[in-house]
Amino acid sequence: MSSTLPDLSNEEIKRYSRHLIMPEVGVDGQRRLKGGSVLCIGAGGLGSPAAMYLAAAGVGRIGIVDFDVVDYSNLQRQIIHGTPDVGRSKLVSAKDRLLALNPHIQVDTYEEALSSENAFRLFEPYDVILDGTDNFPTRYLVNDACVLLGKPNTYGSIFRFEGQASVFGMKKGPCYRCLYPEPPPPGLVPSCAEGGVLGVLPGVIGVIQATEAIKLLTGVGEPLVGRFLLYDALKMRFRELKVPKDPDCPVCGTHPTVTTLIDYEQFCGVRPAAEASVVSVASNGFEITSVELKQRIDKGQPPRIVDVREPNEFQINRIPGAELIPLGELPRRYAELDATEELVVMCKMGGRSAKAADFLRSVGFTRVLNLKGGVLDWVDKVDPSQPKY
Amino acid sequence: MRVTVRLFARLREIAGTAELTRTVEAGATVGSLWKDLAREHAALAQYERSISSAVNADYARMDRPLADGDEVAFLPPVSGG
Ligand SMILES: [Zn+2]
Repeated sequence: MSSTLPDLSNEEIKRYSRHLIMPEVGVDGQRRLKGGSVLCIGAGGLGSPAAMYLAAAGVGRIGIVDFDVVDYSNLQRQIIHGTPDVGRSKLVSAKDRLLALNPHIQVDTYEEALSSENAFRLFEPYDVILDGTDNFPTRYLVNDACVLLGKPNTYGSIFRFEGQASVFGMKKGPCYRCLYPEPPPPGLVPSCAEGGVLGVLPGVIGVIQATEAIKLLTGVGEPLVGRFLLYDALKMRFRELKVPKDPDCPVCGTHPTVTTLIDYEQFCGVRPAAEASVVSVASNGFEITSVELKQRIDKGQPPRIVDVREPNEFQINRIPGAELIPLGELPRRYAELDATEELVVMCKMGGRSAKAADFLRSVGFTRVLNLKGGVLDWVDKVDPSQPKY
Repeated sequence: MRVTVRLFARLREIAGTAELTRTVEAGATVGSLWKDLAREHAALAQYERSISSAVNADYARMDRPLADGDEVAFLPPVSGG
């Protein structure tokens, strides 16, 4: 093994001296890092700090899969990107930053959405996969592809002030499906865009993922296999759960039923549900656009507007005259509304309010319209003086 | 028997607390404890098929019997990145 590892140049020896003087890493460990490769799925909150530390540590080849563009709202946590990068491709921005940090490494970028069609091709050349995605279909896809290819998955996931990390996909350890065999129904678990996230949180979790990747490449220490690490930033507390491999796991168990990649959008219930609701909404006239709403207000015939966001979101921007009833409070507060009156429900982007509209219709409301695109569309098209978030 | 319950992520927001204690009957399981909680907080019920659970920091299934003093954790999946 060691003979096939790349040698270190004098410049690299200087750069990595703090690694080299530790016997646990040493010259051979550093050469293993140089000969090693990690594929980061996503250059977002988790991928940013992870990729930067992997680059700084001298991981020889770093791949990044992403197809997004840097936005101002990313900068609160995605520290690989800077203010001048807003509007640039995340891949281009990340590659620039990583090569500035360490010109001795190779950075390969893949501007595509990870899918069942490309996952094997993208994962194949890499030693470790680092899951920093932001949705369930991709998380199950990364899990299954890692198990099927026999590649470790350094997993991290975040929610508001809490994070999780583990290493899945190892022969002796569990996989993500051992822990969560069934994906949650769409919309049940808020994303960072919907639920918010403490900016430093993905820093902590992403760096844990990078630590595990570096340990796997060098063979140092005890990997986070069979252990599910939970981090609570508010309490500043780490907990750990022991998770065994499930012999009945559909992908890594003794009699697997998932032996090739499947349709993960369908598995997570995303596609059929989403398409069906869009079609029914559009064809049944259950939606109103922000421009139409503005015209109604200007004509002096404003419908009653119910904002189903949280109070802190309502503080940032709002539609004049809208009343706040957060989605979670609607089941016990809908009696405050008149079931025969025309209602416009709205949220940030239109997802939560679509759920609110469905709920209201289910309890007998007959004239509910969902504001298409939410308050963000209102700010874009009607009132650009208000901030967006 | 008394057990301690730890809730994570969205579950703690719904219940309004991250930690609570409950008295359960002999023969209670992780699943029956969860059902008790879902009766108190109806919004929890929709998470039933999506959560994972642990007893005394060991992953446990819903049919796992509880013992006095157990610490039961309920974790919803999170997907943020
Ligand atoms: Zn498994």
